[in-house]
Amino acid sequence: MKHEEAPQLFGLLAEFDSADDLTNATKAVYDAGYRKIDAYTPFPCEPVMEAMHVHHNWVPLIVLVMGIIGGSTGFAMQYWGSVIHYPWNIGNRPFYSWPAFIPVTFELTVLFAAFSGVIGMLLLNGLPQPYHPLFNVEQFERASQDGFFLAVEATDPKFDHAETKKFLESLHPKEVFDVEP
Amino acid sequence: MADAALEKNPMSGRFDSEQIPVDKHGMIPVIADGHDLESVTEKVTAIVLTEPQKTPKGWIAGFFVAFCLLNVLMVALGYLVFKGVGIWGINIPVGWGFDIVNFVWWIGIGHAGTLISAILLLFKQQWRTSINRFAEAMTLFAVASAGIFPLFHTGRPWYAYFMFPQVNSLGMWMPQFRSPLLWDVFAVSTYGSVSLIFWYVGLIPDLAALRDRTKNQLLRVIYGMLSMGWRGSARHWNRYESIYMILAGLSTPLVLSVHTIVSFDFAVGIIPGWHSTVFPPYFVAGAIYSGFAMVLTLMIPMRWFYGLKDLITMRHIDNMAKILLVTGSMVFYAYLTEIFYAWYSASEFEWYMMKNRMTGPYWYMYAMLIMCNGITPQFLWFKKIRQNVPLLFCISIVVNIGMWLERYVIIVVSLHRDFLPSSWGMYTGTIWDWSLFIGTIGQFLALIFLFLRVLPSISIAEVRLLLPQGQVKEAHHHEA
Repeated sequence: MKHEEAPQLFGLLAEFDSADDLTNATKAVYDAGYRKIDAYTPFPCEPVMEAMHVHHNWVPLIVLVMGIIGGSTGFAMQYWGSVIHYPWNIGNRPFYSWPAFIPVTFELTVLFAAFSGVIGMLLLNGLPQPYHPLFNVEQFERASQDGFFLAVEATDPKFDHAETKKFLESLHPKEVFDVEP
Repeated sequence: MADAALEKNPMSGRFDSEQIPVDKHGMIPVIADGHDLESVTEKVTAIVLTEPQKTPKGWIAGFFVAFCLLNVLMVALGYLVFKGVGIWGINIPVGWGFDIVNFVWWIGIGHAGTLISAILLLFKQQWRTSINRFAEAMTLFAVASAGIFPLFHTGRPWYAYFMFPQVNSLGMWMPQFRSPLLWDVFAVSTYGSVSLIFWYVGLIPDLAALRDRTKNQLLRVIYGMLSMGWRGSARHWNRYESIYMILAGLSTPLVLSVHTIVSFDFAVGIIPGWHSTVFPPYFVAGAIYSGFAMVLTLMIPMRWFYGLKDLITMRHIDNMAKILLVTGSMVFYAYLTEIFYAWYSASEFEWYMMKNRMTGPYWYMYAMLIMCNGITPQFLWFKKIRQNVPLLFCISIVVNIGMWLERYVIIVVSLHRDFLPSSWGMYTGTIWDWSLFIGTIGQFLALIFLFLRVLPSISIAEVRLLLPQGQVKEAHHHEA
């Protein structure tokens, strides 16, 4: 049964009245053993993230590493240009005048850190992603406005269409939708 | 639409203190009562999703004026490229005139946007939320206007890439990294691009809301592409919040560095009136001061015209006026410090520069500067004045003028008396100087008008967190 149904559906989507209801439902679904779940809210909502046990992400580390790389690149570029490759002797002033290299080093640190952080955030989120099965549910357009949704994906080993739907309905949603793939 | 907005808010801008609602702590609420997720979304997106034929007449009139001024810019730049910088009033000894005055003025205006979006976010100031999007847009457009001047004052803007490290057939790929002018290239370009992505990241959830609200298929595709298919997943929000806070943390030192480096353009030189260690903090305070004045100049008409009094409340106006007072006082203190050090340095040239500034041929510029930046902001000590919106609007204009005069006094008045009296000269802007300056104001305003029309001018996703529905149980207190 399960194997015949699973490919035809992306999963189930339940809509809730408020962020509080969504938090409670997410907690219940997680505790019931579902892992391929995701909650959708119109604003960042930390209790929901906690209910899904989403804490850690790699974005800060990307920013740190790329910031260090950016700063070293900036300093190395100036050192190589001003000391090794094209030294200019102006009144016998030192070639390696490192304090004068700090502003550009700083700017490049920020530039690399900011851009790689944003690009990293987007790539880790799988964006840009013009198509997603959830957009097949008409009601899902409320997710960016005032709707609170919880999706359970069919690829979850515990997923069973009838049973999961019954379970979601027991959590007092406004409605439960089947999501076409 | 314009008339309807007028009728709905006949009293906007004419509050006196009794009429302003206050909460139980005696504070004016950040967002007026009675709003929910839907009403805030509707209020902000309706401005953008109005059908083209129903565009408010006031918007069309305003954009038309701005567009005419933008054409002045095009003519001024076209003639400049054709003839060269000789059409300007610059000469020897005054080699820097309107170009650098306007560059510093515009870049300073940009700083308020970053202060509001980054520094006030880190300090958890909730009131920043409904003004940050607009202020960030202002930053970008101010930086775009600022960038025109250094680019075109080179005389041969098509060689502007020489300022960046690049490999070319001459083998001279390295600019002089010990020069503040080169630091400026890196600071301003980094500042512009980091501000752009910070702004864009903030826009993504709101672009998704526009995508989901519009009935127009073409707009749905455009906003859908721009929002990158944002769905509001909790996992996505988690990474999104991380990068948003990190960008705020990165932008904070960045914005301070930019005007510090701009001030190095002067402070590293040996000209009396420039060669001073007080310049970096003095310039940063002045930048924030002028930027907040510009935010007030633009936001007061905007909130009145679009009826956004509920979201941009008297709390915002009052707080911005207070920042204007604080930074204005810092700037005035710096003026006094400059006078003291000119005397205390016991340098003949420094003291002569200061006397010349006050009593020389440009004395009226200095007098107006003190009137605009020294005296005017001191009126903001009074609550009655801070909450008198039309008066505040006038004060903000005066401050904008004052900050332009400040750069004029620093740049032109310091240069026009060289060390040798035989090299003394006078400077006045020509019609091309003025048309280029007015043209950049046109470009700035035209971009602001377009922004108001096609993008949400208030961050909807962030305002939602201030609503009762955004206060979720077990929530850590946070507002980003």
